[in-house]
Parts: sequence; C-alpha cells; structure tokens
Amino acid sequence: MKWETVIGLEVHVQLLTESKIFSATPTRYGAPPNTQAGLIDLGYPGVLPVLNRRAVELAVRLGLAIGATVSRRSVFARKNYFYPDLPKGYQISQYDRPIVQGGALEIPLPEGIVKRIGITRAHLEEDAGKSVHDRFPDATGIDLNRAGTPLLEIVSEPDLRSPAEAVAYLKSLHTLVRYLGISDGNLQEGSFRCDANLSVRPEGETRLGTRTEIKNLNSFRFVEQALRHEADRQAGVLEAGGLVVQETRLYDPDRRETRPLRSKEEAHDYRYFPDPDLLPLVLEESFIERIRSALPELPTAKRERFRSAYGLGPYDAAVLTQSRELADYYESARQAGAPDPKLLANWILSEVLAKLNRDHLEIDAAPVPPSALAQLLIRIADGTLSGPLAKTVFEALWAGEGTVDAIVDARGLRQVSDTAALEQVIEETIASHGPQWREYCAGRDKLLGFFVGQVMQATRGRANPQTLNALIRKRRDGSS
Amino acid sequence: MKSRLRVPELVAADPRHARSAADRYRERIRVHNPRLNAFITQVDPEVPPAAGPLAGVPIAHKDIFVTRGIRTTCGSRMLADFIPPYDATVVERLARAGCILVGKTNMDEFAMGSSNETSAFGPVRNPWDPERVPGGSSGGSAAAVAAGLVPVATGTDTGGSIRQPAALCGVTGFKPSYGRVSRFGMIAFASSMDQAGVLARSAEDVAWVLRGMAGHDPRDSTSVDRPVPDYVAALTRGIRGLRIGIVRNFFDDGLWPTVADRIQAALAVLEAAGARLTDVTLPNLSLSVPVYYVLAPAECSSNLARYDGVRFGHRADRPEDLFDLYCRSRSEGFGEEVQRRILIGTYVLSHGYYDAYYLKAQRVRRLIRNDFLRAFESVDLLAGPTTPTPAFRLGEKTADPLTMYLNDIYTIGVNLAGLPALSVPAGLVDGLPVGLQLIGRDFDEETLFAAAADFQRRTEWHRAEPPGFEDVSG
Repeated sequence: MKWETVIGLEVHVQLLTESKIFSATPTRYGAPPNTQAGLIDLGYPGVLPVLNRRAVELAVRLGLAIGATVSRRSVFARKNYFYPDLPKGYQISQYDRPIVQGGALEIPLPEGIVKRIGITRAHLEEDAGKSVHDRFPDATGIDLNRAGTPLLEIVSEPDLRSPAEAVAYLKSLHTLVRYLGISDGNLQEGSFRCDANLSVRPEGETRLGTRTEIKNLNSFRFVEQALRHEADRQAGVLEAGGLVVQETRLYDPDRRETRPLRSKEEAHDYRYFPDPDLLPLVLEESFIERIRSALPELPTAKRERFRSAYGLGPYDAAVLTQSRELADYYESARQAGAPDPKLLANWILSEVLAKLNRDHLEIDAAPVPPSALAQLLIRIADGTLSGPLAKTVFEALWAGEGTVDAIVDARGLRQVSDTAALEQVIEETIASHGPQWREYCAGRDKLLGFFVGQVMQATRGRANPQTLNALIRKRRDGSS
Repeated sequence: MKSRLRVPELVAADPRHARSAADRYRERIRVHNPRLNAFITQVDPEVPPAAGPLAGVPIAHKDIFVTRGIRTTCGSRMLADFIPPYDATVVERLARAGCILVGKTNMDEFAMGSSNETSAFGPVRNPWDPERVPGGSSGGSAAAVAAGLVPVATGTDTGGSIRQPAALCGVTGFKPSYGRVSRFGMIAFASSMDQAGVLARSAEDVAWVLRGMAGHDPRDSTSVDRPVPDYVAALTRGIRGLRIGIVRNFFDDGLWPTVADRIQAALAVLEAAGARLTDVTLPNLSLSVPVYYVLAPAECSSNLARYDGVRFGHRADRPEDLFDLYCRSRSEGFGEEVQRRILIGTYVLSHGYYDAYYLKAQRVRRLIRNDFLRAFESVDLLAGPTTPTPAFRLGEKTADPLTMYLNDIYTIGVNLAGLPALSVPAGLVDGLPVGLQLIGRDFDEETLFAAAADFQRRTEWHRAEPPGFEDVSG
C-alpha cells in the first residue's frame, strides 16, 4: 500500500533579547552553570514576573511577516508540572489566547514549486532550565541559566506531506526568523528547536491517522532522518495489522530510531489557567503599526525581486536570498558597479561561497568586499581580464594582496588582446608543432584546444581567449 | 509611656528617641509575647532608622513579607529556616520611610486560615481572651497591635485576613484596593486577591503607614500606576454628606444578634455624623464563599508548586528518588490546611473539571464585582459587620473546615471584587471586640479614611485595651 505522511511542526525559536522574558537577567549563552539565574528565574518566594517588551515586539514581527492576526489582547497562562529544572513548578506560556494566530509560510520545493504551509499560532513562553544527567555519579545536576529565556513557539498546520517538505519548511522559517532579526537561529545552541507531529494514512484517505509526537530534533539532518524512520515505522505497524499508539517519542540520532517517551495515558495534565501575576497583554494599534513599518524586506519578496530585477533563475535567486547578509552582499556589489547581474550571481555562488565554506567564514567576514568583487567583474567586462585570469586575481584578493588593479599590475596579469603580439606567438607554436598543425588543417577540429592551450601557456594565460580562437581559425583558413 | 502614642507622635525628630521608642516596644514584646505567641521572629536593631516621614515608628511585618537576611517562614515548616536574600517592596519602602522593624508576626500557614491555628509555630492567642483565637491569617499582627506590642503592623488580606483578625482583636485593619500596594516580596497565596495592608489602633495611624507603602511598583505587573493621594489629609474630610449603603445580605441568620446590635449602634453613629444611610442588596454575594474556595485554592495549588525541596525550603532526608523527594518534602513541609487547599486547587484545574469549577467561578466572580459596582452608582461606601461572631475558642472550628470558611463570609466578596475595605472597632460583646466593616470604591481609599477617622473621633472603641495589656509605662 502507498502511504501518505502528514506532518505538523512545533518550532521553538529563542528570541534575541538582552534579558529574560520575565526578569532582567542576561541571556548570554555558555555562561558557567547557574550564573545567569536571578531570584525571579529561580522562582524565589515572593518574586513576580514582569514581561519583557522586546520579546513582545519580536513576536509581533513574526506575526506580521507571516500575515497572521496579531492579537490585540493575549493572555499568559501557567502550564503546571513538576520537574527539577522548572523552578516555579509551572511554565509561563500562552494557551487559548496566543499573541499570533493564523498565517502562512511559503516554502520552495523542487522544480520551482512554491507551497503554502499554514501556521496555526505562535505564542510566547519561557524556557525551562537544563537537567544534567551525565555529570555526577549519583545525582542530577540542574543548570537554570536557560530558565526564563524567551521563546516563541511556532505551530504549523498538518500541511507538510514528507520529511523533505518538513525540512524545506524549517529552512524557510529559519531564514525568516534571521531576516526578521528575532533569533540568531543557532541550532547547536538550541535557539531553533523542533518537535514534530507525524501520522501516516493510505494515499487518498482524507482523515488523519493517529499521530505521534517526536522530540529532540536539533538539526535539519536529524529532522529528515527521524521523520523518515518514524513514517516507515508507522507504515510498518499498520501494514502488519497493528495500530499506531498516540504517544511522545524521542529521536535517538546514534541509533537512528525513535523510541517511546511517554504514552497518552502518562501525558501530563498541565492544568493551564491564566497567570494571575500578569495582566492580559494588550497591544495598541500604533505599537503594531510601528513594528510593521520597520519590517525588513522578507525572503519571499526579495527572492521574487531578485528574479525580476536581475533576471536570475529561481535557484540562484533562492540561494542568494537565503540570508539577508548574502543578499546584501550581492546588492552591494551591484551598487559598486558589477556590470552583469548573472555573472555576479555565478561568482558569488561558486567562488565566494566555496571560499567561505573552505575557511568556515560567514559572508560578513569575507575578505573580498562586494566593491572588490565588483571591480573584478568590471575588469572582466572591459577585457582586461579573462575568466581564468580573474580567478587568479580573486585568489589574490582573498589572500589580501591588495586591490584588483594593483594585483593585475603587480603580477602582470593583464590580458593580451593585441593581435600582432598573439599572431607572433601563434606562428611560433605552429612552427614547433608542425604535425599537429597539419592534422588540424586536415580537419581535426579538436586540435584547436591544443593550440589555444599552447598559446595560453606561452603567454602565461594572459591571451584573450576569444581573440586567440579567432586568430587560430583565421590562420588555418588562410593556409588551406 | 503614659498611654499608647499615635504614629504622628512616634515620628521622631531625633533618631536617639526613635531608638528608645523601639526599645520600649521590644521590651513589651519580650514581656508579653510568651502569653500571645504573636511573633515568630523578634528583630533587634542593626542600622539606625532612616530620616523619613515615618522616622522612628516601630513596626512589625507579617511573616509573609520577605526580609533580607531575616528568617521569613510564612507560618510554615516548609520555610522554617528560609532566610530571604531580598526585601519585599513593602519592607523596603517602609524602611526607607524610617520605620524600625521589631519583629515578624505569626500567621496562618501561607495565609490559609481564619484563626491562626494553621501556623506551624503554634496558634496566636487573642489578647482579649487567651483561650480564644485572634482571627487570621494576620492574627499575629492583630494581636500584637491590640496588646500594644507594636503600634502598627503590616498584614495581607486575601479573603479577609486583615479585617477579620482586626475585628476579633479590636484594632483597625485596612485592606487597600487590589493593585494599590506592591505584592513583590509578599509570598503568594492567591495572587489575584492577595493585597497588603495595615493593622493599627486607628484609621489615622493606618493612613500614615499606608501612605508610606502604597504606590506603583514596576516589579509587580498587577500594581497600578496611579498617583497615591494623601491619605493623612483625607482623615479630616468627615462623614457629612456621604451616602452609605448598608449591605442587607450581611444581616443574615449567621450573624449574632448581639453583634448586629453593636453594628446598628455604629451605623447610628455614622448617621448622626451626617451620613445618609440606605439599604443595599448584592444579589450574588451569597456565592462569594464557594467561588473563593474554588479560585483561591486553584491559584495556591500553582503558587506553592515551587516548594519542591529542590532549591530552598524544607527538603526530605535521603530521598529515594525524585518522586520521593517531592512527596515527602511537601508532605512534611506543608500542614493539613495547606495540603487540603492544594488538593482542591489541583482538582478544580484538572482536565474535565476546569470549566465546571474554575471557569464558572471566574464568571460568578465577575457577577459579584458587578453587584458592587452597581451599588456604588448610588452610594459612596458600603457598611456592615466584619464577622458574624466575636472571637471563637481555640479548637472550636478546627474539626470542620466549612464552618471555619464561613467566618470570612462578609469579607471575601471584597477580595473577589478587588475593592478597598477596612474594619474598625465597634464595641464589645461579652467582653470581646466586634468590627464594623466599610467598603469603598476602586482606589477610593480616601473616603474610607474620611469616614473611619470621623467615626473614631466620635467613638472610643479603638482606644479600648485588652485586660492585662493596659499600657503601663513599658
């Protein structure tokens, strides 16, 4: 039987605030255990939460960016459960009145298809601390540095139909939150975490199957692996005549499997109720409008603009707009005079990205600034440099050897387009490769490349390839 | 010390005098507290008092307000050894105003109780009759003020916990509007109703102290950002012309006729002073007690979840595992009444019961508040008894929680509605004090002060001293 996979994702995005969501404690990552946990984060007797305004702004930004309804009135609720790394015995979250409701994210799929994925809601909440099980022989350590860190939980509709779509959604969302500046999206540090709800059903069936929730998916690769395994597992259970049990499962990346964490019966009764320590969050129209007017250009819009304004293909436009910084790099180079938009895209996508990858650098730290790349492309356009020469210059630029023109002069890399000079080199080459020349003249066209190569070698690559090609052909045609 | 000094008289121009006043009260605490058990912790001076508007005024804080470096127990074994690392806003403001802390007063455990009998530190005794309860939960504060162990004390009032003990001990107790005084550093019982207030001998003394502690606090999101009027100035406004509604619901079968007589007499004083009295009925008020005993336990079940033996407070010895740590730490740390309310609260918030209990109670709460608001369209204050009976005997109601809960029948509605209210002494029944309750509009503490001060200029009840605690020279 053919099975259809149905997936909905819950993504926890850590918001880029200076301080925690309900206290003034800083949120820096990586501090020694329990050094970033103040009295409020520790839930000391008598303390009270005060909402971080910045966290609200960032949540509104997301809401506006996905075309959602930003609630004029939302409510914080307590989610009650006991756990040692949950200091108050409850997590402050939002339940039936979240700050963001409805909305959608467009995700690019192969072959230029764009799919709209519904977003049910996004709500603000505080993170819990961390239990450390492997540090002490007879005890569990508790690090409350993370307790109270602001999170935005973004819940999708069950609109995703494959692990690949789930990953595409996650990547789009990841791009979006970084565009919006609401999160650093750092997966290793847990700034972007994902839980998935997955069910399978026979193809053509419209009702949803019984789902499981899969936790602990902290990389895009794991998401795809875990969901693939879980979909196969469920299909296997059903094909064997069994029933899928509604439960929470944990993904174990080492053993590449999901395993049960707790069943529906063991699920907590969180006893949600409105937090009496926090008034309903009421947003003024002007507050929302101010945030709307300061929104940056969003990835989808930018992608479309890159296609229409620069004539780029869907793939190039998608990659270039994957991060705001990369898109800015492209447009800065354009502004600095890079003449051919497609050639510029090619250079960035091949040369620049390859070097960044090799050197483990982010685009902002590229040693070749956009203006230098533009200058390089200007020199290609005006005939000073051939493509291969330009690559040599680019290497030198990356190594910090100076400006494009200085490198060209210092290394004598100027392209030779002077006909007389090239003709002389061609004659010398024919003279020393008589047999090959005769074969070429007799019709072995392939040997053109041989002669081009020889002349290039003799000119140390500086010969203008177009001129050289034309001159060799002309010489052959003349001699026949 | 000829007679008890009023707060404005205690405000010392000279810090040396301040010290000596505090020392005189400390001496009284030393002598009399063993009979009353009104204090859990006595505090000796360390720093000279600040020169503020309350410079040199000795004060006791209910042991629910956290005090930096001074044990704060909340009347519970759970926090028997808890030394807070910070001061509550109320504590901080009053210290800055010049108050001198002389001790932390006994209370029902986590403020859950109406008799002070749930305290892990033993019951407080009523200075008017040591065999009787002082009321609760601010029973220690009420008894301490009544016995002259301290001129003023802070309290908290979630369902009557200031007004009821004030009435039973014959002192003036004031519960401000919800949001008037910061709850930061006040250990939470039921957050949507908890409010800090003052117990003192007179409305005048209360006004002086409340002026020093009221006002917006950015650390408490539910504290209200509106100017604090000069309560002391309001004391002289007088009753004349005020429309006072007598809450007929309060004069029910549970009200002792002898208490009703005292209240009628007090109302006559108000009328003689120029108030216009009318009858008022609040149709949904009878639902106050059931609504309160859904909502307050719901909130407390969550508020008290943090006492899990992990970070602070009582921790069970040698727990076998996490579950055992939780169960034993909480079973050993919390008393019976607190456990009862945690269970009730957990139940009413549970899946499948939330709508029937919590949500319905919230709706009725709104109806009750609307009853009050409608009444205030035609009157300036509401009046009635604070409690149905005078102080009862120790142990008399402990066997039956429901009877105990009914003690707060006249006070609870005010907390559900968030209104300001006070209790002033209105005479004695069989040698025991009874209180007149006045209820005001949202944030109209001034009218309450005006009426109570005028009443106390015309009566002597608030000057009555319990036998055995008459003020001899310290």
